[in-house]
Amino acid sequence: MIDPKIKNVIEIKGLDTWYGSKQILSNISLHVERKEVMVIMGHSGSGKSTLLRHMIGLNNPASGSIKLLGKEITGLKSNELYELRKHIGVAFQNGALFSSMTLQENVELPLHEHTKLDHNTIRIMSRLKLELMNLSDNEDLMPAELSGGMLKRAGLARAVIMDPEILFFDEPSAGLDPVTSAELDDLILQLRDALNMTIIVVTHELVSAFKIADRITVIDNGQQIITGDKETIKKSTDPRIVNMLERRAMNDDIDADDYLNKLTRN
Amino acid sequence: MGTNKLQALSSIESVLIRLGIAGIFLFETTLTIVLPPYSLKPLIKQIAFIGARSLLVIVVAGLFVGMVIALQFYDTLVRFGSVSLLGSAVGLSLIRELGPVLTALMVIGRSGSAMCAEIGIMRVDNQIDALECMAIDPYRYLFAPRILAGIICVPILTAIFILVGIFGGYFVGVVLFGVSPGSYFQGMSDTVLNRDLFMGFSKSLVFGLLIVWIACDKGFNLHLDKHGAYGSEGVSRITTEAVVLSSIAVLFSDYLLSALIL
Repeated sequence: MIDPKIKNVIEIKGLDTWYGSKQILSNISLHVERKEVMVIMGHSGSGKSTLLRHMIGLNNPASGSIKLLGKEITGLKSNELYELRKHIGVAFQNGALFSSMTLQENVELPLHEHTKLDHNTIRIMSRLKLELMNLSDNEDLMPAELSGGMLKRAGLARAVIMDPEILFFDEPSAGLDPVTSAELDDLILQLRDALNMTIIVVTHELVSAFKIADRITVIDNGQQIITGDKETIKKSTDPRIVNMLERRAMNDDIDADDYLNKLTRN
Repeated sequence: MGTNKLQALSSIESVLIRLGIAGIFLFETTLTIVLPPYSLKPLIKQIAFIGARSLLVIVVAGLFVGMVIALQFYDTLVRFGSVSLLGSAVGLSLIRELGPVLTALMVIGRSGSAMCAEIGIMRVDNQIDALECMAIDPYRYLFAPRILAGIICVPILTAIFILVGIFGGYFVGVVLFGVSPGSYFQGMSDTVLNRDLFMGFSKSLVFGLLIVWIACDKGFNLHLDKHGAYGSEGVSRITTEAVVLSSIAVLFSDYLLSALIL
């Protein structure tokens, strides 16, 4: 069983991961405390989504340790991992809803699979969550009939249907207009306050990150640059952080010969 | 060692690894079929998909295949004056070979391809990851009912194919060419042995397993395929591969089973 008093719900130490001969994450160490919102930031391809996949045991690291709710998940047997995953919820970037089911059936699926509740109770619980996400009028629609923002909210509704202890949210703002994106940020904060969830959000949106985060981790090219609260990030003098905060493009010094080689390689 | 030899070795290695992965896939699925909890609803849904909805196409195909082989056999047998053997020839060829193989090929085209594409899209769209994150075992939830439905439906569809085929042959032989109905059925019941029925049944059972196994494994392990894109192009490629591979597997195992049982 999971210790309810455990302080750090996620603890990562020395995480390395490779894709073929390319290193994706290098020596990542961080922890996430209970009931905080941890935002993992970085530009596209920085490895932040890969880090998220490692935290939920979808990928296995080359080396390092990942503890989820106090339990080491690297090399964990699949049935133990499934047991652990009943305490987490994951909202994917595109919602990842099952296209053959209606919105309501999607949201109800975990309850049907993991509980012995009767049909009516399950229906009430799913409507509660859909109401929370402002989707109660659309419960009979198929995923293909929903807009991008609705898909994300539906994915979120399904992720929190079991009232998980930790919620993982991959790119809540990607592909959304600023207003819809702000609404999702409010929803995330509401979930933390109303349902006492620990929330881990992966995003590249500065405004959203600073609105919802208790602490922020910035990842660049697989390297963990900084982890700290908003003030620490703002005060950082690391040029990569300053560039990110001021939305300046990274201008790495490029060697003319290297550049020429890059363009003319076979 | 030369580069060619090294390349050949590494491609043999990757084929063996892939076979191993497919083996693990089947093992994991079998475990979830054998171990509780059992749920009937997804199984019924898959039986409807593989079985019930293939019924019409199997009946139509069975009818025409029965008719055409009766036509061909009649034309040959009449030259030797052995038209009375028509029933045996139609019955034996349908029960032992044509019934199981053609049913399997129809199921591959109708259900195997659709199944592979559906699972492949679920993989590309992160739906399988989402299942795992919801602590729902994809082997139990997606594949166990499909494999079971394949093993249940393909033999039944084969039996229907054979039955309709025999009547198709009856129509051509007896109704059109005037072979006596008694000799058509008597010849059949004299020559078709239990061994023939067993051969037809065991083939259809193996084909049912092979079709669903290959389709689901190809879709599920789409991300392991390193020979191309991962998105929609990947789904179309693995669907084609699944159809080709399962057709070849059916024909190859058909020979193997015939050789074993005869």
